[in-house]
Amino acid sequence: MNSRRRAIVLAAGLVLLAAVPPVAALANQPFYLDLVRRVMIFAIAALSLNLILGYGGMISFGHAAYLGVGAYAVGVLAHYGINNGYLQWALAIGASALVALAIGAVSIRTSGVYFIMITLAFTQMLYYLGISIEEYGGDDGMRLQVKSQFPGLIDLNDANSFYYLVLAILVLALFLGQRLVDSRFGMVIRAAKSNEVRTRSIGFSPYPYRLAAFVIAGAVCGLAGALLVNHTAYLTPEFMNWTRSGELMFMVILGGMASIAGPVLGAFALLLVEDALSGWTQHWQLILGPLLVLSVLFLRRGLAGLLFGKNE
Amino acid sequence: MNFVLVLEQTLNGLQLGVMLFLMAAGLTLVFGIMNLVNLAHGSLYMVGAYLATYFYQATGSYPLGVLLGLAGTLVVGIAVEVLALRTLYEREHLDQVLATFGLILFFNELMAILWGRAAIYTTLPDYLSGHVELFAGLRYPLYRLVIIAVGLAVAGLLWFVVARTRLGMLIRAGASNRAMVAALGVNVRLLYTLVFGFGAALAGLAGLMSGPIHVVQPGMGELILIEVFVVIVIGGIGSIRGALAGALIVGMADTLGRAFVRPMLATVLSTTAADTAGPALSSMLIYLLMAIVLALKPQGLFPARS
Repeated sequence: MNSRRRAIVLAAGLVLLAAVPPVAALANQPFYLDLVRRVMIFAIAALSLNLILGYGGMISFGHAAYLGVGAYAVGVLAHYGINNGYLQWALAIGASALVALAIGAVSIRTSGVYFIMITLAFTQMLYYLGISIEEYGGDDGMRLQVKSQFPGLIDLNDANSFYYLVLAILVLALFLGQRLVDSRFGMVIRAAKSNEVRTRSIGFSPYPYRLAAFVIAGAVCGLAGALLVNHTAYLTPEFMNWTRSGELMFMVILGGMASIAGPVLGAFALLLVEDALSGWTQHWQLILGPLLVLSVLFLRRGLAGLLFGKNE
Repeated sequence: MNFVLVLEQTLNGLQLGVMLFLMAAGLTLVFGIMNLVNLAHGSLYMVGAYLATYFYQATGSYPLGVLLGLAGTLVVGIAVEVLALRTLYEREHLDQVLATFGLILFFNELMAILWGRAAIYTTLPDYLSGHVELFAGLRYPLYRLVIIAVGLAVAGLLWFVVARTRLGMLIRAGASNRAMVAALGVNVRLLYTLVFGFGAALAGLAGLMSGPIHVVQPGMGELILIEVFVVIVIGGIGSIRGALAGALIVGMADTLGRAFVRPMLATVLSTTAADTAGPALSSMLIYLLMAIVLALKPQGLFPARS
């Protein structure tokens, strides 16, 4: 019953998302196409964070780092006139995986509140690095003159094709994420979260598994960064701002940690509420802040808990 | 690189260090005793700076402005504890991080509504501005010396309160076993509120002292907050001694790094290479330091007894 309900909700969500471009075109409101595409890109990033946060219990407060690394990988290659998308996106994924490996190797040795603060501090370090490199625009960042080129496959300048590409990547990430969580690897990650001592005593050392999950999450988020820079057509160190990391965490928590689709719901809820509030008053953060506090205090199982029912 | 310049930068480092310590002491106490990760600690720093500036301008008296600013931050801190944070003590760190993140958004926006988004430049009364000639060739701003003195005095006072008074005994007892302290008839709730308010006032003190050096603006608390995290991670979370050591290390490393990394690189590399790598390296220095400390001692330099 439960899994059927989930399948229905997921299918309905997919149909709804697929219907956005024609409906936006019909209503002559291209803004919504843009908005939903941005939300989906953040949904991919939040989904990758959920892999380590929700399933692995690793509270990374620095996930925006990989968003930035992915974006800079694309932007820097474009800066030197290399617009080949395959190369750009491969570098985005590779570089963010490498950065995640370095940060993870140090951070995962610690736990609890140390882990939170260290991941935050490393991201802040990359943020300042971005600010201090004048060649790539420093504080102001730089424009992406030409979007990633995929000759013969897809043209990202076409808003609809780009939208469906993002949707396809989101669905693929959901599918692979579910497979990963259900696999033997995912079992070990979840086991290490719920009880590290028992996990050790049945013969698994959590460290390499956690590090691998951390790197996978970083790589997927790097891909989201490559999408994001193509979406906004510019990049700044603000992509790595610590408030960005906080927002990603909120998407995960708001949506519900214990399901693979939860962060997608969270991304939609947070960004749409942000959009609505900021259209209404310039002091929207005054309302959003307490709203977030209340959601933490009272909405303990997240939106996915409300939608999919209890037994996740 | 002459001696006077090194000495001047060392004093600057010391000044940043005591400022970081004032912040770190409150944060580490609240974590050690209530097990609370409070991101909104930086907001209290900001509230202190705004209130002191406002009261100074309203009353025209600097000491009165400072006193009212401190008292105001204490009240705000206690209100935040009673209204929002009290329910979070038993929750996971994750919930605490998110809820206090929400508080940051709220406070930043509140300050922007009350006093505008633009940076406010605060002035000092005549008797605090000006320079002192420490010895031939080194004229150092008086106000920065005052900050160092106040910071060291507070550190001494804090040590006295925690190590020598009944309140300090309760604080230490609360940190090691709160259930037992409650069972012995101590009002733990009140103790927590007091400790939080105390930490808030320290953050407010740091904020109002930083006002005339930097600028007062919404979001000013977050920049220092992350450096304070580095401080307490290096020093060992929950340990006041560690907070002091970490603060001085980070304050020195950051200040001296910004002053001397580029000239030192320039002696090895070409000038253009040093100009590129220097600022990048010096702004990353404290984070690299943190990574090295953690690789060697994952619990920090002075782990709190638990």
